[in-house]
Amino acid sequence: MTKLTSLTLTGALAGLRAREFSSRELTSAHIEAIEASRGLNAFVLETPELALSMATASDERLARGQAGPLEGAPLGIKDLFCTKGVRSTAGSRILGEFTPTYESTVTANLWRDGAVMTGKLNMDEFAMGSSNETSAFGPVINPWRSRGTNQPLSPGGSSGGSAAAVAAELVLGATATDTGGSIRQPASLTGSVGVKPTYGRCSRWGVVAFASSLDQAGPLAKTVDDAALLLKSMSGHDPKDSTSLPVDVPDFPAFVGRSVKGLRIGIPREYRVDNMPGEIEALWSQGVAWLKDAGCEVVDVSLPHTRYALPAYYIIAPAEASSNLARYDGIRYGARVEAPSLNDLYELTRAAGFGEEVKRRVLIGTYVLSAGYYDAYYLKALKVRRRIADDFDQAFAGVDALLTPTAPSAAFGLGDNAADPVAMYLNDIFTVTVNLAGLPAISVPGGLDAQGLPLGLQIISRALDEATMFSLAGALEKAAAFRARPERWW
Amino acid sequence: MAIDVATVRKVAKLAHIRVPDDQLAPLAQELSGILQWIEQLQEVDTTGVEPMTSAVALPMAMREDVVTEGGDATAILANAPRARDGFFVTPKVVE
Repeated sequence: MTKLTSLTLTGALAGLRAREFSSRELTSAHIEAIEASRGLNAFVLETPELALSMATASDERLARGQAGPLEGAPLGIKDLFCTKGVRSTAGSRILGEFTPTYESTVTANLWRDGAVMTGKLNMDEFAMGSSNETSAFGPVINPWRSRGTNQPLSPGGSSGGSAAAVAAELVLGATATDTGGSIRQPASLTGSVGVKPTYGRCSRWGVVAFASSLDQAGPLAKTVDDAALLLKSMSGHDPKDSTSLPVDVPDFPAFVGRSVKGLRIGIPREYRVDNMPGEIEALWSQGVAWLKDAGCEVVDVSLPHTRYALPAYYIIAPAEASSNLARYDGIRYGARVEAPSLNDLYELTRAAGFGEEVKRRVLIGTYVLSAGYYDAYYLKALKVRRRIADDFDQAFAGVDALLTPTAPSAAFGLGDNAADPVAMYLNDIFTVTVNLAGLPAISVPGGLDAQGLPLGLQIISRALDEATMFSLAGALEKAAAFRARPERWW
Repeated sequence: MAIDVATVRKVAKLAHIRVPDDQLAPLAQELSGILQWIEQLQEVDTTGVEPMTSAVALPMAMREDVVTEGGDATAILANAPRARDGFFVTPKVVE
């Protein structure tokens, strides 16, 4: 029999329904894998007892023929999602031992559908980072290594724990969130599939807020099918999030494997950036060839304001973060530094509780919103954001989807980009535009570079047209036939 | 636009984050670097462009003005670093 941890989510669900193995067996296999992989630092909290009790309940439902769509499948949950009775830290010291008394809507949807929680996954603090190095729990280590070296590599960020856990086969899938690329960039760096759906598809209720107009939850998974299945469960209108879209959830998995013949694909010329590694350029051309072979028509398009997306993002996201993170005051929850006056208590609590990158962004955000600078920075950035969204609207008048690389490099060494904040920010150059415009996008593994590290391709589609996105991702996945797995060293 | 030490001190005060004096200058330099990079936005002509305040154009969701939940002080206080008699405890704020 195949190792249970090597199954895809879709394969495991079929095995469970056919009673080839129980959820307890499947879950136990994953718990063992998690315990044997602590060197990756992917989990900040393991919940094996909870997992086994959920698995037992799943086995009972399977026996009664009342299985939900994800019945019995062990998943990992990014620690940005509040989980009732289970510590949730957002990767920050300031939340201390915060243990929510409520469940986020997205995770509640997964449990409703029968999924099993194995634990909480490591991440950049408050999802602010592209390498997982800003986590209060230390960085996650990428299961992938460059051929012939043992240098520890970053799994990307901020959903680095989610991506590493999926790539190392510790879970069948994971929740993640994406504010500027935090699902897709780690997917690319770990050979996984990552989806950021249309803004408003997944409820933000119970997800620790970073930049509310950009934050969106989505899955990290082993295959496009698995990602579609997870997204279907995670999505849906939620009256508790006023930006949640009151629209039906399509049967996403039904669109994977559908013909893409006749679709028009745009190649945005502004994504051909300086210093892009030749291998990424080559993979992008390969992606064009794959989609042409599948019957797509490929045309050049222009998104002229692309280069302004990151600077606009680094005003908007910190501005929203400075406001959202004002709630960490040492009074209502989380860590507290005692002081004789209220102001001292606030200032000392926040100085001790926030890490360097979070402080940097809160200060930038406070600055751009402060009197005298609001128009020059914040309002300007909102207008540029409109320009970027308009670029997409114009492109989508002539094409059905866009094909781009996901990230400007393969996995990099821990510490390599730590010294220069702006160099780290450039990781999101191909992903951040999508958040600003609220569009859906997926990263699919395309191949390995010369060092044996995975590289991803990104499909961007129109708002609410995840169906086309999944069909194209399925076509890419089939053509790429990416089967490489990291060699176990941990 | 460069940020000086006095501005960092002021912004840190606004953000309620204590920054030790010896960290003000390095922080000013870092923040200035980021802001210089952001400055390229000024190249974009945004005359007549409406600021985009939301990722999707959606009318504000409305609901009946009724109590849907609440009345659970125990749950609200469950994670308070200090609580007493159903209240959060803070340092004295009124002299």
